Amino acid sequence: MSQNEHANEWPLWEVFVRSKQGIEHKHCGSLHAADAQQAIRMARDVYTRRQEGVSIWVIPSASITASDPADKESMFDPAKDKVYRHPTFFVIPDEVGHM
Amino acid sequence: MDYALHLADNALMLGQRNAEWCGHGPVLEEDLALANHSLDLIGQARLLYQWVAEHRADGSTEDSLAYFRDPHAFLNFTLLELPHTTALAPSARADRDYAVTIARNFLFSSYMVLVWEVLQYHPEPRLAAIAAKSLKEVRYHWQHAADWLIRLGDGTPASHDKAQAAVDFLMPYTQEFWCEWPAAKHALPDTQDMQTAWWTMVNEVLSEACLRLPEAKGHVTQGVHGIHSEHMSYLLAEMQSLARQHPGATW
Repeated sequence: MSQNEHANEWPLWEVFVRSKQGIEHKHCGSLHAADAQQAIRMARDVYTRRQEGVSIWVIPSASITASDPADKESMFDPAKDKVYRHPTFFVIPDEVGHM
Repeated sequence: MDYALHLADNALMLGQRNAEWCGHGPVLEEDLALANHSLDLIGQARLLYQWVAEHRADGSTEDSLAYFRDPHAFLNFTLLELPHTTALAPSARADRDYAVTIARNFLFSSYMVLVWEVLQYHPEPRLAAIAAKSLKEVRYHWQHAADWLIRLGDGTPASHDKAQAAVDFLMPYTQEFWCEWPAAKHALPDTQDMQTAWWTMVNEVLSEACLRLPEAKGHVTQGVHGIHSEHMSYLLAEMQSLARQHPGATW
């Protein structure tokens, strides 16, 4: 597709839906829309028609800065052997109850 | 009961028409939106047909009412059976015009918001319950249609001209909303306020859409009396042919 054809396309939006039980909005997909208001409306029809949600957020995909997949090893692998970063070595006193 | 049948036929005819976009929508998101609306409308039609069928107690079912009546027995507004084209099309298969779809959905959903608002307080509890459910659905249909009409009217010169042509073409058909016939008179005794509210709703959106408000004048169609346009039998043929070829077929 040439650059001109891209210029005529609606921008891409990322859609986040909060389910009835959920506390946080979860990413559920993306769609094309002319503006934010239309993106909300279209998200309603595309992503909540089976009663998936009670609230919708949309954000322009272009405003997301993502980590570079090429950096995956240096970004995430070093955490692999640092089990002591999990708080599983503490004994929780009974009085604290469930955490 | 003729009024319930009229409401059901309205919903079924527009549901069937809008379902024509399924798989052919201008963009995927609109394809899904229109299909959702059609399912809402067909759902409303089913609830009403079931009620009418029980009331008739003559062996009628929702299916017999939808699939085994001929055009003259349908009491829907003529507006709702028209194809998605502006001028007199050479056939019901002419290229569909999305502006017509949107303009019709807008004019009709503006009307149905007002109708269901009244009927949700109807003394007959079953009709009141159907009205309350349908009101939520039609409010969304209205938002969808008004939003698009504004985008088309206030968009490019081409989209503006198409939207204006669609509104100009469809407006005379809305006269049928206000025609007096016995069953409607009984269910909606006073349409005077409703008519004023409807024109205000329509005018506000059209002016935001930079569209001219056309007059509703000329021939008043007679769909509510079973006198339909030439498009009606084609629409029904497509919708009913399967059920008529295989009566009683189940999945």
